[in-house]
This record gives sequence, structure tokens and C-alpha cells, in this order.
Amino acid sequence: MANFETVEVTTDLLIVGGGMAACGAAVEAAYWAKKNGLKVTLVDKAAVDRSGAVAMGLSAINQYVGLRDGQNTMKDYVDYVRNDLMGVTREDLVFNIARHVDSTVHLFEKWGLPIWKDANGAYVHEGRWQLMINGESYKVIVAEAAKNALGLENIYERVFIVGPIMDGERCVGAVGFSVREEKFYIFKAKAVLVAMGGAVHVFKPRSSGEGLGRAWYPPWNSGSSAYFTLKAGAEMTCQEVRFIPVRFKDAYGPVGAWFLLFKSRATNGLGENYMETNRPELEKWQPYGKVKPVPANLRNWLMMLDVQEGKGPIYMRTEEAISKIASSEGDEKAAKKKLKELESEAWEDFLDMTISQAILWAATNTAPEEKASEIAAAEPYFIGSHSGASGAWVSGPKDVAPEEYFWGYDCMSTVGGLFCAGDASGASSHKFSSGSHAEGRIAAKAAIRYIVDHPDGINYDANSIEELKKEILKPLDTYTEFSSKTVTPDVNPDYILPKMFMFRLQKIMDEYAGGVSTGFTTSENLLKKGLDLLGFLKEDQEKLAAADLHELMRCWENVHRMWQAEAHVRTLLFREETRWPGYYFRADKPSMDHENWDAFANCKFIPEKNDWEMIKRPILRVYAEN
Amino acid sequence: MPSYVLQDKCDGCKALDKTACQYICPNDLMVLNKDKMKAYNREPEMCWECYNCVKICPTQAIEVRGYADFVPLGATVTPMRSTDSILWTVKFRNGSLKRFKFPIRTSPEGKAEPTGGFATHDDLSSPALYTEPEALGLKEVATISK
Ligand SMILES: Cc1cc2nc3c(=O)[nH]c(=O)nc-3n(C[C@H](O)[C@H](O)[C@H](O)COP(=O)(O)OP(=O)(O)OC[C@H]3O[C@@H](n4cnc5c(N)ncnc54)[C@H](O)[C@@H]3O)c2cc1C
Ligand code: SF4
Ligand code: SF4
Repeated sequence: MANFETVEVTTDLLIVGGGMAACGAAVEAAYWAKKNGLKVTLVDKAAVDRSGAVAMGLSAINQYVGLRDGQNTMKDYVDYVRNDLMGVTREDLVFNIARHVDSTVHLFEKWGLPIWKDANGAYVHEGRWQLMINGESYKVIVAEAAKNALGLENIYERVFIVGPIMDGERCVGAVGFSVREEKFYIFKAKAVLVAMGGAVHVFKPRSSGEGLGRAWYPPWNSGSSAYFTLKAGAEMTCQEVRFIPVRFKDAYGPVGAWFLLFKSRATNGLGENYMETNRPELEKWQPYGKVKPVPANLRNWLMMLDVQEGKGPIYMRTEEAISKIASSEGDEKAAKKKLKELESEAWEDFLDMTISQAILWAATNTAPEEKASEIAAAEPYFIGSHSGASGAWVSGPKDVAPEEYFWGYDCMSTVGGLFCAGDASGASSHKFSSGSHAEGRIAAKAAIRYIVDHPDGINYDANSIEELKKEILKPLDTYTEFSSKTVTPDVNPDYILPKMFMFRLQKIMDEYAGGVSTGFTTSENLLKKGLDLLGFLKEDQEKLAAADLHELMRCWENVHRMWQAEAHVRTLLFREETRWPGYYFRADKPSMDHENWDAFANCKFIPEKNDWEMIKRPILRVYAEN
Repeated sequence: MPSYVLQDKCDGCKALDKTACQYICPNDLMVLNKDKMKAYNREPEMCWECYNCVKICPTQAIEVRGYADFVPLGATVTPMRSTDSILWTVKFRNGSLKRFKFPIRTSPEGKAEPTGGFATHDDLSSPALYTEPEALGLKEVATISK
């Protein structure tokens, strides 16, 4: 076996991941740990300053309720999220995040994040819930507070977490390896908080060749949260609720500012507004078809109908929107000034969070005030914090959650001591960057309380960890053993390299589970065939090979993706209806079936049986239905 | 190429044990070729063009060339990041130039105080997180009577 030193770290709370939710968890946990004499450790596969989905920066904070100024009520937010998810939402979780998110945003401001203000000193809103920011250094600032709270000695960077350590039914740590030196890590803890983001490159992306990395979602989040929680035996929810963003085509620049702030329209190649021409289609998706704003998946759907009919390309009418705003300024001088301002705002939107889009505009000589730009639906992603909902099934808060949704500690999964936040927790979408941070805080406080309530020592089986170490390092051994058999190491009958493994996964998902090439459409027969092929892929995991530490990480990232994929396919099969057209369409069950499927579709991997269990759970509301 | 390194400008971060670009890349792409003492992107097709390596390189040795599978050649987008702002120069394929400057933070680097100066409390069992309710700007944390 590859000769790696084993490093053992003992802590009380282990935070795995270093993104928005983990940084929220870090500040909150550090505060309560200090009061209770506990230790908190955080592990990230990258550098916390620039890791996760906010690594590049963002141009908006997408969740701010504005309770302080009475802008909205708690119920407004809960209604918005439930409707956007076609009714399938844990209102108690959404409520819990929403009641804390404003304090997180106010902390961001104190830490130095520039939030736009109007002449009266009030936050500038992009839309009802969104605030505009100068967010190039958003993650740097949030990480700084986390590092100052935890102390650098408690943060491990460039350690890739593979999976959980269990003590019976309780999660008591994690194992992983350094991607910089030959070290295998065992983190022992009384509670573990999972915040390793969502997943991309499970489906084949539209981009190819050297553009492969240009997915909307960052290529470094690879389903580690889902793998970790599944392997711990936690119940998962909404694994079918993927997210497909419609963005500027190819570079995936954000459209939020254009639609919300600049009030732009999108039209098809014939100049028609599909939101108007295809409006009758919304009748089919009642009661959600009639809510305002129209749910994200239905907006996608109305656009896709035009694309299917050959009415593309679809354009964001930037030139129209800008001229409309500028001309409402009155005199010419004011209009010119406004134009300059808008131009700068439009470019900053890209430069803060999707620089590729700025390159694409420059390379195609695009001036948004002069010509429209194409938009398109990207490929499917797993991002429970955004407009998807996949993640672990977690406990709600005591004061708000219906009994069935409460088991002692906020954000704790069905596994003892295993907490989840951000993309790692499900059925509570629309938390975005700020809500993920707030949820990380909620989970961390609850985890510290769990640790205080469970002071006894933990046990785990050292032999099984040694086995795990062997399994985790195996791709290195496989490479050493076989690579010299062929003249070049890339094609070899005895192993598969992680990139090819990923391509196979992507092809299966694309063609059988409703990817781009089938217009996001699938069916029972296709899904069953896809599961068969996933079965072979799972067997071939044994034959993954890695030449170095970087490739070893790539191997495990793709195993994580494969598990996310399987949970997805199984849940697509289980839910026998189409509820989110525009995210996916089940051709054999083409409409909503309220009677049977106004429910959560949950799943669980059962390690002892090496099998899956599918579970239907009721949707319970915290507000009386209106 | 997504990110690429200019031969003449990269000095291997003067042989320090950690190069800046390798330290920062969220996808572990930048590595140092120890023979040449030059860094390179080992997997350009997994690059997100997040520009973190570009922004951090002390010698401005890293640039980005738009993904060749869909971006026509000839444009560049170049950042200059200081402690409180960032200056962007956008060069179009047709040669025209635009410059933008945006603030990046309002506080001195390194000084973010976790409580933000808000009052806190000691109740581990209440729903109020640290700094709440003050940081909410409310008298109490919202709840629902069940
Ligand atoms: C393109 C894009 C645009 C967005 N725009 C906005 C916006 O304008 N406004 C807004 O509010 N929100 C926006 N969001 C949403 C926001 O980024 C997410 O909601 C938020 O980052 C989720 O937080 P998280 O902590 O769950 O995941 P992340 O912040 O992504 O963090 C995941 C962390 O886990 C680490 N990790 C992953 N795998 C492992 C492993 N195996 N071992 C160790 N560590 C690991 C990563 O390095 C990272 O530190 C956007 C998201 C995307 C992708
Ligand atoms: S940060 Fe710049 S100078 Fe340092 S190794 Fe990387 S490319 Fe070379
Ligand atoms: S642009 Fe980002 S993803 Fe690409 S090499 Fe640089 S730091 Fe890594």
C-alpha cells in the first residue's frame, strides 16, 4: 500500500468544507465553544479565502428579508420559497434561515463587505429579496472573520475529505488525505458539520474541450456533501430537485441584474416574449402557474418550449432595457450620465462573479447598449441552497417545526451528531450565500449544544479505519502496479483514469437521466437503463487509478459524483409525476399528480444491506394554508 | 487555455515553499515545475476562469485566454487588485478599451471582528444566535405560535 503517514486529529466539533455555510458555522461555533471549553476544527480541500461557489466573488446577496425596516414579513419569504419549489418545501427550515439571515448580512457589512446604498443610506435592492454588493472580495471577507474566530491553528487547508467515521449510529469524525503531502487524516469529533457544497459535472456540460470547466457551478464542488451524508446512512430529501439555471449562453454570466434591476425582457428569435406567448401553458401547472413571480422552473419551461419549436435563439434584450432606463432620465445630459452608470453596473455584474462572460462580450465586440445577447439553459446541477433543493433531511427548530420534523437539534440529519448546512441540507432552497452562512450558524450552535448534551467519549473501530485507508489510497497502488505495462500510461486495460470515469458518468446521466442532449427529458425505461449502466460504473470504481495526489483527489471527487447521480436517478424513478418542468420532464408521467405526489421523495442508503430505501414523507406547513 | 503563465514573468515565487498561485487555486490546478522554476496550469480544461491565480500573482505572470471552444480570439480582461479596490481593463477584439474601478472592501485587511461589535449573550438553548437580536436590528428573534 502507498506509504502514507497517518495523522490523527481529535476535536469536539469538526466542520467539513470551508465555503459560506462552513464560515458561518466557524464564527458561531467558535463563540459557543469558547464559552463551553470546546475545540472546533475546520477542514477544506482548498484555501478558505477563495474556496467554494463564492471563490470568484458575487455581485449580489440573494437573501435579505429586511425585517428591521419592515420591508417584508417572515410569511412573505416562506410563501415565496414554497411557490417557487412547486409546493415541495420544508417551511420550518425556510422560516428558521429567514429569521436569522438579516443578522448575517449586517455582520458582513461590519466585516467590510461593500453593500450598495442609495442617497438615503438604505440598501439598494436588486429585486425584492436581493441586495447589490461590490462583491469581488465577498469570500475573502467572510473567510477572514471565520479565521479570526477559529484561529489558523484549527484550520486544515488542502485536505480532501472522503467520508465519515461512524460509532454505531452516530457520526464521530471524518477521513481524508492531504493533496500536498503523503498524509492520511483521521479527524475524531463528537459532532460533525457537513458543508461541502453541491455538485457539478455529474451531467455532461454543454461546453467541451478546454471549456469543460466552464459550468455555471464551479468544477471543484463534486458532491462530497451528498456522498458523506449518504455513507453515514442519513436520510436524504429532494434528490430529484436539480437546478438548471438560464444564463447568458456559454459563459453563464448572471441574468439577475438584467431581469430584476434593469427590468429587461427576453425574446425569441422572432422577437416574441415567450412569457406572454406561452402563458396559456401555465394553466397546466396550477396552482403554481399563477403565482408571482412565476416559479423559476416554469419560466425555464416557457423558454424551452420556444427552443423546442425552433424559435431560438433566445435573447436578453439588453439594448432595449438600457435605452428605456436612459431615456426616462429627462434631458440628454442626464441620460448620458445614466448610460455610463448602467454600463459600469452591467460590467461589474460579470467582473464580480463570472469573468468569462466579460471576456466573451469583449471577444464578440458586444456593447450591451447596442446589441442583445443570447441566453440559454445550462446543464443540471445539485445546489440545495439555490433554486434546487437536494440535500440531507434535517431536524427543524423546536419552536417552529411540526413534531414530525423535529428530533432535538436544528439542522441535525437523521444520524446522531451529523449536522448539515448550505447545499448539504435539503428542502430549504433559496438560502443562497447569505442564508447558507446563516444556516451554518444555526447548525453550529445546535451542534455545540449536542456536544454539551453528549459529553461521553466516542469509540470507533480502528481496524475498519485501516481498511478505509487502504481503499482510499488504492488508486495510487493500482497505478503503480499496472502503468508500466503500456507505453503511455493513459490507456491501460487494467485501470480507468478519473477523467474517463467522469466522462462515462456524464454520458450516462446526459442520455438517460434527462441531460442537455435529451432536452432534459427522461422516463421510467430510460432511468432503469441508466441505473444498469451506473451499476457497471460502480463496479469499475475498483479500477480507478491515480498517478499522484491530485489525481487521487480527482478519483474520489468522481466517486462522490457517482453517488450523487445514483441518488438522483433513484428519486427521479420514485416520484411518478412531472412537477418541475424546466428542470426535468418525465415523458411517461407528463403532468403533476397532486393526489399522490404532494409529498417529499426521500431516500436512504443502507450500508448493511448495500441497498437503498425510498421513503415518502408528508409536506407539513407552519402557516395555515391560504 | 483558460489561465496560462508567461515564461518571462514567473519567478517561481522566488523558490518559496508555497507559490502564491498554487496556494490559492480552488481547483488545485496551478503547480510549480521544479526544474524550470515556473508555474503552470496542469488541467486547463478544469479551470473556471475565476482569476484568483491572476489576482494573487506578485509578478503579474498569469493571464487568461478565453476558452477556445466558444470564445473568439483577441480579447483580454486584466485585473489590478489593491487592498481596497480593483481596477479592470477590458480589451475588445476590435481593439477598443474599457476601464472600470470598483471598491472591494470598506475595512482594513485582516481585521474583521467576528462579533462586528454587536452585543451578544450566553444562552446556548435559545434560538438567538450570537450577536442576536441586536444584529438583526430587532427586539427579539421571530417565532411562530404553533
Ligand atoms: C455561479 C453562481 C452564482 C451565484 N450567485 C449568487 C448571488 O449572486 N448571490 C447569492 O447570495 N448567492 C449566489 N450563489 C449561491 C451561493 O454561492 C451558494 O448558495 C453558497 O455558496 C452555498 O454555500 P455552501 O457553503 O453550501 O457551499 P460553498 O460555498 O460552495 O462551499 C463548499 C466548500 O466545501 C469545500 N469542499 C468541497 N468538497 C470538499 C471535500 N471533499 N473535502 C473538503 N472540502 C470540500 C469547498 O472547497 C468549499 O470550501 C451563486 C452560486 C453560483 C454557483
Ligand atoms: S504566483 Fe506568479 S510568480 Fe508565483 S509561481 Fe505562480 S505564476 Fe509564478
Ligand atoms: S483561474 Fe481559477 S480555476 Fe483557473 S487556474 Fe486560476 S485559480 Fe485555478
